[in-house]
Amino acid sequence: MLVSAALVLMMTGPGLALFYGGLVRRKNTLAIMMQSFALMALITVMWALVGYSLCFGGNGPVIGGFEHAFLRGVGAEPNADYAGTIPQTTFMVYQLMFAIITPALITGATAERMKFSGSILFMALWFVFVYAPLAHMVWGKGGFLNASLGGRFPTLDFAGGTVVHISSGVSALVCALYLRKRTGYPQQPMPPHSLVLSFIGACLLWVGWFGFNAGSALASNGLASSAFVATHFAAAAAALAWSAAEWLKNGRASALGAISGAVAGLVAITPAAGFVGPMPALAIGALAGGLCYWMVIRVKAIFKYDDALDAFGVHGAGGTIGALLTGVFAQQVINPIYGAGKPVGGLDGHWGQVGNQLVGVLIAWAFALVGTIVLLKIVDMITGVRVSAEEEVEGLDITQHGEEAYNLEA
Amino acid sequence: MMKIEAIIQPSRFASVKDALQEIGIEGMTVTEVRGHGRQKGHTEIYRGREYTVDLLPKMKLEMVLPDALVEKALAAIMKTAKTGMIGDGKIFLSKIDEAIRIRNDDRGENAL
Repeated sequence: MLVSAALVLMMTGPGLALFYGGLVRRKNTLAIMMQSFALMALITVMWALVGYSLCFGGNGPVIGGFEHAFLRGVGAEPNADYAGTIPQTTFMVYQLMFAIITPALITGATAERMKFSGSILFMALWFVFVYAPLAHMVWGKGGFLNASLGGRFPTLDFAGGTVVHISSGVSALVCALYLRKRTGYPQQPMPPHSLVLSFIGACLLWVGWFGFNAGSALASNGLASSAFVATHFAAAAAALAWSAAEWLKNGRASALGAISGAVAGLVAITPAAGFVGPMPALAIGALAGGLCYWMVIRVKAIFKYDDALDAFGVHGAGGTIGALLTGVFAQQVINPIYGAGKPVGGLDGHWGQVGNQLVGVLIAWAFALVGTIVLLKIVDMITGVRVSAEEEVEGLDITQHGEEAYNLEA
Repeated sequence: MMKIEAIIQPSRFASVKDALQEIGIEGMTVTEVRGHGRQKGHTEIYRGREYTVDLLPKMKLEMVLPDALVEKALAAIMKTAKTGMIGDGKIFLSKIDEAIRIRNDDRGENAL
């Protein structure tokens, strides 16, 4: 479990940092990396003080409590509600890594034009008012969507399709619309400055995702193994699906397409990993690869929003389709979450689960939409959210951080 | 003294440099540049966005030579830089008024 926690942290730093870093222009490389790194520090401290408790304390339907503020009561003793075989500190620190990467994903939509100060303030508030309630509702004791602990609308979300990907992806869309387009977009060419960095980041994400999904079994057992396999299979199928779509459309498969496809598959399998079998995992991956390709290539062009690094197209869309397909493909033979002999998802005959998934998806969308708009407005009044036009042209590395990513003449 | 400015295909650079060294030319300045004449560029696609790249990578060689060496140098460059296809590049010649060696203030052809 500690290794899984380390893998998930690695997904943020350097996985996501490199993936996003390579996709932006050279003058904004450090800025996007700094946002991920800053969250590694900031969210950790907030988690330690009050975050863990808000997510996993108490037993309210929407939010936790303060019983574990300052990590009081969190020690080597397992917490039987969540993970009866590992120390609670392990569970706590594992969950922290999810809380770190979720806001980091949003930075993909605001890339190249968000103020660092505004970003930090926004992420801190977003963590409290959007992430914590969603995490509590889906995974916390008493949570109204919690499938393992008797929630009212049990939403199957093994590792965070709703809590992590829909929340960040939809918030990303709102941010992209609020901040408006980058200066010069879409006429001015803004190709990725280093796909090599993105490639390395994507591979670190794939490997790290085993910690994200298999680790969510919270024990070293058959379920973890099943989740690991489902994760890997979905990534592979999605990479092939995106590449096939590109090959058909452009006559060539690109490296960026292949790695984007893999990430889309990983996103989609996140809610499903510990509930579906290997063949459905391939199907989920393939569908996500195709859908996210269409979102990024066609839908974004039609609606013309500047989701700079496709956080919504991949995480928002991938998370949504993954959460819904979880309801279709979940089987008790993989994970008898409702008790021995009780059907879980559509393949077991329990098609009502898809309805529950829809409730969870809609609540995640709603929290993300409303929460993000309100918080953006607040942050805009305090620090501002967008850099000035001159700062944007000069580049965020220089203007926000006083540094250059590459001093090749040094 | 004449200056030769040669813009050539990067893939031909190693051969050109070797040929120039063989005829006794050792001083030159080389820069990696981008440009085009009549050669068309190519299209790159990143996540569905197309970019026309019509500035192509080339190598620029600059050297200042005594008049006696100029024809031999031109012949060496023409022979090794040519592939016969569009994009081979161009050579420009200009007269140089003065050359100075910084280390010891040598002037004229002595400085070359």
